[in-house]
Amino acid sequence: MSRLLEALARLGRLMIGGVRHAGAMALFALDLAWVLIPTWSRPRDVAQQVYAAGVLSLVIILVAGGFVGLVLGLQGYNILSTFNASESLGVMVALSLVRELGPVVAALLFAGRAGSAITAEIALMKTTEQLAALEMMAVDPMRRVIGPRFWGALISVPLLAALFSLVGVLGGYLIGVVVLGVDAASYWGQIGEQMAAWEDVGGGALKSVAFGAVIALIAVYEGYTAEPTASGMARATTQTVVLSSLGVLGLDFVMTAFMFGA
Amino acid sequence: MNVQRGIEVVVGLFVLAGIAALMVMALQWSNFGASRVNGYEITARFDNIGGLTTQSPVKLAGLTIGRVESIELDPDTFQAEVHMIIDGKYDSLPTDSFANIYTAGLLGSQYVEISPGGALESLEDGDRITMTQSAIILENIVSKFLFDKAKE
Amino acid sequence: MIELARLRFSRGEQVIFDEVDMRFERGEVTAVLGPSGTGKTTLLRLIGGQVRPKSGVVRVDGTEVSRARRKRLYALRRRMGVLFQNGALFTDLTVGENVAFPLRAHSALDEALIRRIVLFKLEAVGLRSARDKYPAELSGGMARRAALARAMALDPEIMLYDEPFAGQDPVSMGVLLRLIRRLNDALGLTSVVVTHDVNEALSISDRVIVIAGGRVIGQGTPDEVRAQRHREPALAQFLDGAADGPLNATDSAVPLSTDLGLRFDPGVDR
Ligand SMILES: Nc1ncnc2c1ncn2[C@@H]1O[C@H](COP(=O)(O)OP(=O)(O)O)[C@@H](O)[C@H]1O
Ligand SMILES: [Mg+2]
Repeated sequence: MSRLLEALARLGRLMIGGVRHAGAMALFALDLAWVLIPTWSRPRDVAQQVYAAGVLSLVIILVAGGFVGLVLGLQGYNILSTFNASESLGVMVALSLVRELGPVVAALLFAGRAGSAITAEIALMKTTEQLAALEMMAVDPMRRVIGPRFWGALISVPLLAALFSLVGVLGGYLIGVVVLGVDAASYWGQIGEQMAAWEDVGGGALKSVAFGAVIALIAVYEGYTAEPTASGMARATTQTVVLSSLGVLGLDFVMTAFMFGA
Repeated sequence: MNVQRGIEVVVGLFVLAGIAALMVMALQWSNFGASRVNGYEITARFDNIGGLTTQSPVKLAGLTIGRVESIELDPDTFQAEVHMIIDGKYDSLPTDSFANIYTAGLLGSQYVEISPGGALESLEDGDRITMTQSAIILENIVSKFLFDKAKE
Repeated sequence: MIELARLRFSRGEQVIFDEVDMRFERGEVTAVLGPSGTGKTTLLRLIGGQVRPKSGVVRVDGTEVSRARRKRLYALRRRMGVLFQNGALFTDLTVGENVAFPLRAHSALDEALIRRIVLFKLEAVGLRSARDKYPAELSGGMARRAALARAMALDPEIMLYDEPFAGQDPVSMGVLLRLIRRLNDALGLTSVVVTHDVNEALSISDRVIVIAGGRVIGQGTPDEVRAQRHREPALAQFLDGAADGPLNATDSAVPLSTDLGLRFDPGVDR
């Protein structure tokens, strides 16, 4: 009986903790919203962050996209050729990437590669009182440090997702057409027939914008509220990767249900 | 300052590349261009269109010559009225052509296949194909087959 | 002029200031002395408006910091220079860029002029040759001097120094003492030097405030404070650096034996 109560209490604590965390993040998001536009008064700061978050993530995104495309091409060919439908390989690869894998996998990789770095950087600036120093110099750290990093991530994620999908489709082409001998015209032709510019490409892009916002918000929030200790920083970076991965996957389900659900 | 400049150039390239990737996928690879076929419209009525949707291809001899533009229900006959846009290049389809709904592969997507007839006049904008055959619904065939078997 | 009146501040259970009154006059260097952990850094944070008191008033040049709106606060901070305890230099910028930072943020000076100001400020703290180094390449004492150069970049009217003397060799200590004094006298600043280095503090300051256990235990000119030691045993202990005395008492509110989990109740049979 008491063990049951203890389990219930633990569940309750977990829920309360989660709600408190979400509430704190929502308040933080409001504060952040105020500086989103003013941040652009220093476009160079934003460019710097697009570089740090986006450009420096290019290699891993392109390599991963290529490999995912190769695997999709190989697996897709194996499945489709048993139905005599290997001409559909192109669509299968393209739609999988554009609708799902591009936005989701690129976002997950980004969270691990750049999201954690953003958190660590902000947390270190906090720990070493650099944020406090900014405040005492009458420079708002929200505007100067948080805003540009948020924008950098938000801008980078959709671009990376698009490049991931593009490279993936080319990877599928390489394995399907060049190696396995699927007809090139049907590879592209089937994509052209069945991939919709607005619903599929546009929908995928919309997803990746939303994922970018989720990761960016979590990364800067966790850094800004990190406990100023070594273990606090470690916890914050882990938290960023875990929360933003879960956030991306959960949001993906919701958005998919809305956009592609029957 | 020089490093800063280099970073800005690289960021510019990155943004352009990302946007270009989106554009290529949305405008080049997808059916974006195809949805604006310049051509004429013909209609056909089917008892059952199966999984046919707007944007489904219209083919002749396996070649795509047009697209399904819209589908609506005729409230009197309870048939599906399918409007198709045929590419203006293919302006000599005989008036007695036949329209079938086929499936690409066993489980693939569905399309309209036009089988040309022998009439001398050609279909024109707003014309109707009267001879149609509905989509083959796999379940119907299977159940018919089982039903027949059971009767034996 | 900075004025604290009936100031209370606590962190959780721990009361850090208990109805404290202090004044820091313009044109004077005031040293705030106290053992580590008494709340000297917290005092500077209260003056800068980074933390708010539980009750009481913090007034800086007529502005009530403890209640000021953000805009007002930021305007006030532009006239303040703060030397953080650990320097708080921006680790991604060189020493020179660190000093230039407040200039770039709050002035429209052109680059050539900024460069000259940066060189002047670095020269003043003896770090001109280190301008292209990154903070990670500096020793603790050098980093603190670089941070001082940054704090005075905008020629503030109020300077707050948090432990400026820690980690300085005798020569740079001399440089620092002279710099704090000269800066104050030349520009007519309000200087607050927070430290636990008794001798240095007494040697440069016009006035001294000694805090311990959440209260002011002595204040006045250095000579007056020295004279008060007879009245306040804690003050005497702190000034002399004696190992035993009332200052240890804060820690012995709970006897060591209790923390160790020992229980001796003499007179009770078991
Ligand atoms: N962020 C904090 N959270 C909880 N307690 C703190 C925090 N910062 C300081 N303290 C406590 O407040 C007291 C005063 O700290 P501080 O002002 O840094 O002392 P000083 O600068 O005089 O050494 C210390 O006992 C410390 O334990
Ligand atoms: Mg301190």
